[in-house]
Amino acid sequence: MTEAVYPRLLHAGDTCVVVEFGDTIDMAVNSRMQALKERLSRSGLSCIRELIPTYRSVAVYFDPDAVDPKRFLNMLEEMSRSEGTSSAERTTGVVIPVCYGGEFGPDMANVAAHTGLTEDEIVRRHAGTDCYCYMLGFTPGFAYLGGMDETLATPRLKEPREKIPTGSVGVAGKQTGIYPIESPGGWQLIGRTPLRMFDPRRSAPTVIEAGMWVRFRPVDHAEYDRLAALANKGDVVVERFTRESRPEERKRT
Amino acid sequence: MKLSVRNPGMLTTVQDLGRWGFQQIGMPVAGAMDADALRIGNLLLGNDEGAAALEITLLGPTLVVSGDGLVAVTGADLGFRLNNVPAPTWRAVRVTTGDTLQFSGPSGKGTRSYLCVSGGIDVPPVMGSRSTYLRAALGGFEGRALKAGDTLGSGTPPALWKRIEGFECPVDLRPERDANAPLRVVPGPQEDRFTPEGIETFYNSEYTITNSADRMGYRMEGPVVAHTGAADIVSDAIPLGAIQIPGHGQPIVMLADRQTTGGYTKIGVLCTPDIASLAQRMPGQKARFRRISFEEALDISRAEREKLSRVRQARAAWTTRPEEKTPMRGNAEERLSSGVQQAGAGSLNLVVNGTGYRVTWETASE
Repeated sequence: MTEAVYPRLLHAGDTCVVVEFGDTIDMAVNSRMQALKERLSRSGLSCIRELIPTYRSVAVYFDPDAVDPKRFLNMLEEMSRSEGTSSAERTTGVVIPVCYGGEFGPDMANVAAHTGLTEDEIVRRHAGTDCYCYMLGFTPGFAYLGGMDETLATPRLKEPREKIPTGSVGVAGKQTGIYPIESPGGWQLIGRTPLRMFDPRRSAPTVIEAGMWVRFRPVDHAEYDRLAALANKGDVVVERFTRESRPEERKRT
Repeated sequence: MKLSVRNPGMLTTVQDLGRWGFQQIGMPVAGAMDADALRIGNLLLGNDEGAAALEITLLGPTLVVSGDGLVAVTGADLGFRLNNVPAPTWRAVRVTTGDTLQFSGPSGKGTRSYLCVSGGIDVPPVMGSRSTYLRAALGGFEGRALKAGDTLGSGTPPALWKRIEGFECPVDLRPERDANAPLRVVPGPQEDRFTPEGIETFYNSEYTITNSADRMGYRMEGPVVAHTGAADIVSDAIPLGAIQIPGHGQPIVMLADRQTTGGYTKIGVLCTPDIASLAQRMPGQKARFRRISFEEALDISRAEREKLSRVRQARAAWTTRPEEKTPMRGNAEERLSSGVQQAGAGSLNLVVNGTGYRVTWETASE
């Protein structure tokens, strides 16, 4: 197999094309992808129907009636070659309160057994390292997070659950995530957030957006209940923080 | 006009052209599985081409009309009946209070039918669309498939809607959904992750649609398509009509309710008209794939879109046609077999697509 040269355009049918910047989960690759996505969003090109940014590529849906598709692809190729990383500051963080263990974390014992850590230590490590949201996808509002403390890594359940409650926080391999809607799944559940991670009635339907940092904050049952009551009323109480960008990221910008 | 659901059928949902613009937050698009059938149904009625309609799956609902309006049934032939008599499809049909719309069952010609109404089905839009996305219980009618006892409203009918009655989509402008035609594929985005033998197997074999075939995707069964290495990739976007091939080597074609992103290799993406062509097939039917170039796919899709604009033109011409002398007007498939009496009152016998009707009328007082 020949070595791929990035960025490259990949066909995805007759109304979509993918611009790929690499083959790895990497903040530098992600930033170059974001830079193109931002340029395309700002371009005001009416032939662009939708952009789907992911870890290392952006899918561009175009309207073949609004543009000559071959000319559009050439233009896209040119735009993707122009150097640059995202101008976004990437310092915005959002705090996710989590009530760990007990009824909300039925797999805490599995994670403890696999990692050899105590429950308190698991909570300390899970809440002690900020994660970075590379992208959203899979189900509405599901954030693909990178950067969990790797000592917490635990394989998925052998038998996936049929129903995982909304707001469940889980671990799968080296990943951690939050189930924004009730769905089936095989992640090891260690806690639950009272926040409504996805609500289509809000102007910003998701709490976490791509490019944000995520910090988990342990809360007790009483605080969980208080926040859940607010969330049920439709109040959005989301605590934010500002985080210095990583040194290696600053070097590149 | 309102429709009351007496029997919901197998899976009847409200759909429009989908919830575009939110895939970057993980929101699946949903929308009509046969988008052109929905568009034509709406065009026949003078609606916006993306107005919401009912997507009907194999076994259709029984609906009772209250109020006046037009309906048009397009897509699969699922045995549309009006008041227990076979009724024309691909045609703007007048309905009124007390009329019953029914479907007698599939005919082997397609899986999904669209029931469009003047003004479109009126449900509250969610994130810019009226499409039902069942997995998140969102959009459409309360986020779910219809149930007995539901009542659906409709939007404001287009001006001159009464003049549209009787307009029929010309046969040559209806989409071809040949269940035996090979499905045309634009190679990519991860074709390079398959061996040359794997690619040859994929395009030279017959696949069977398994029972895992729904609005999210169609799983196929047939000869294994070999990867060069691992079948997993760093998760990226799943385009509409993408053909995923996971480690087991069996294709899965991703459709309207697909998840927005995924981590399996995609050997190619169906050209737009063939996405609908597959969506009209059912489990147990076969599919073959044919590799075409991006340029060929553009031409094929453009030709389909031109048909839509010809339907639009034909409808406009019909609506603005000169006033008629007789109350009914025959087209090529209709024969008037008894004399038309003077306007005011009269009757005639009519054969439409092989079914006989006796039509009587009288002028209502002003």
